[in-house]
Amino acid sequence: MKRKGPTILVNLLLIIGAVLTAFPLLWMVSVSFMPTGAASTYPPPLLPAEPTLDNYRQLFANHNAGRYMLNSAIVASLATVIALVLNTMAGYAFAKLRFKGRERIFQTLLGALVIPAQVTMIPLFALVKEMGLISTYGGVIVPAMASVFGIFLIRQYALSLPDELLEAARIDGASEARIFWSLVVPLLQPILVTLAILTFLATWNDFMWPLIVLTDQKLHTLPVALAGLSREHVQDNELMMAGAVITVLPVLALFLALQRYYIAGILAGSVKG
Amino acid sequence: MKRSMAAWWFVGPALIVLGVFFFVPVLGALLMSLTDFDLYALSDWRNLRFIGFHNYVTLLQDPLFWKSLWNTLYFVVLGVPLSIGASLGAALLVNSRLGRFRSFFRTVYFAPVVTTLVAVAVVWRYIFHTRYGFLNYGLSGLGIDPIDWMGDPHWAMPAIVILAVWKNFGYNMIILLAALQNIPEDLYEAARIDGASGWQVFRHITLPGIAPVLLLVSILTMTGYFQLFAEPYVMTEGGPLQSTLSVLYFMYEEGFKWWSLGRASAVAFLLFVLMFLVTAFQLRLGRQRGDR
Repeated sequence: MKRKGPTILVNLLLIIGAVLTAFPLLWMVSVSFMPTGAASTYPPPLLPAEPTLDNYRQLFANHNAGRYMLNSAIVASLATVIALVLNTMAGYAFAKLRFKGRERIFQTLLGALVIPAQVTMIPLFALVKEMGLISTYGGVIVPAMASVFGIFLIRQYALSLPDELLEAARIDGASEARIFWSLVVPLLQPILVTLAILTFLATWNDFMWPLIVLTDQKLHTLPVALAGLSREHVQDNELMMAGAVITVLPVLALFLALQRYYIAGILAGSVKG
Repeated sequence: MKRSMAAWWFVGPALIVLGVFFFVPVLGALLMSLTDFDLYALSDWRNLRFIGFHNYVTLLQDPLFWKSLWNTLYFVVLGVPLSIGASLGAALLVNSRLGRFRSFFRTVYFAPVVTTLVAVAVVWRYIFHTRYGFLNYGLSGLGIDPIDWMGDPHWAMPAIVILAVWKNFGYNMIILLAALQNIPEDLYEAARIDGASGWQVFRHITLPGIAPVLLLVSILTMTGYFQLFAEPYVMTEGGPLQSTLSVLYFMYEEGFKWWSLGRASAVAFLLFVLMFLVTAFQLRLGRQRGDR
């Protein structure tokens, strides 16, 4: 057995890597069940000696965590639904419908991918203020409602739809709206799941724009609320870990459930260059 | 005719949204950076004055702006190679036939990517805690004295780099993994018959095979790292001694703490120009290498 050494080495490295990667998340969960002060000892405890739900109770009872969670869920869901509708319609049209300037417009959109979103943030703030949308759900989701990346993702997938099928439906007298809704959307289903999970996770995790636009604390999303809370309660590690758990857990669970679709989206996005 | 009309109904909504909330603000940022847009202008546009390149001139004379720029470059120069290295290492391990439970490990390595940055920054701030943090505990086992990660200006940025590498390496790992799997198997077969060593195979088959993808992920990672903001906001508030103040953090404070929105727009534009130049430079470098 000549390959025994390398085999042990590879598997050992895989395990070490996994421990290093998973440790922060596992420790976060473990400390979140410790009573106040238990984690401020040396050496740092690995597991709670007396597990308690106190931190979670305190988060929801005294720190409005339920409200923030609801805000995050509303913002992420709204953005996902709107982005799905707008990007899917546009992506399909860029792939399959003919109109003047189609290629030019699409190239312009792709060119815009080099502009980072932060460039738009300050004028966007002024614009959103003019529209009276500061501290509203609407104000938060505005920049996520349509995206060049989303349009691109749908278009690449829609290109593979057979033209004959669409033509046949037209000859049968179906309207464009009907073709889209009852023929195209079902065929696009896998990529729609991908786009939905990418959008949901991106808006749920987003920080800078919600921080700027949500001046009213009642409307804060979980990341914004957690950042504020962590500045006030620097010493209260157990409470902060519980806050981190309720922020991370929903998206982590969603990812684990729909992993295949998420990774397909990343790979489709990386070939754009 | 009717069909092209229908097409406009399909693309129209998305184009209007992108136009109003993306393209107009990009132009707006350029215009605003040439004005003294502030809190008074925000309440009444008539208070707005055109001041030419004044914002750019004062910015380039502001030591704090330069500090934020150097900090950001330091983060990019330290963080990008480490991230790519970690991604490549993980991709090679997960791709190795010798490994077991490879899809399980792939999922574990990828998990940090989908986590919320603010939440894991809170977790890592605790891991970096000088007295009770796990990192210093682990280092003490190696005989290393406790490091004041968040309080020492020399260590705060490296600490943020550690967090960034942990959070992001899984993303590029997935892309590199796909590239590794695209390398034809017979190339490896031929090398084995020729008696090439493991390093020679990596150097002459694997690396050239993934070179274009490696360039792509470096550019993507770099543009992402130029946008450093949430980590210093949560972990250090830009400190200690402004050692973790990034360009975007500087922009945020100019814009939404001091309400110098015109000046903040100029910061955003300078960052964009810098990112654009570095990307163009990298692409050119990559192309030259490819020609040879």
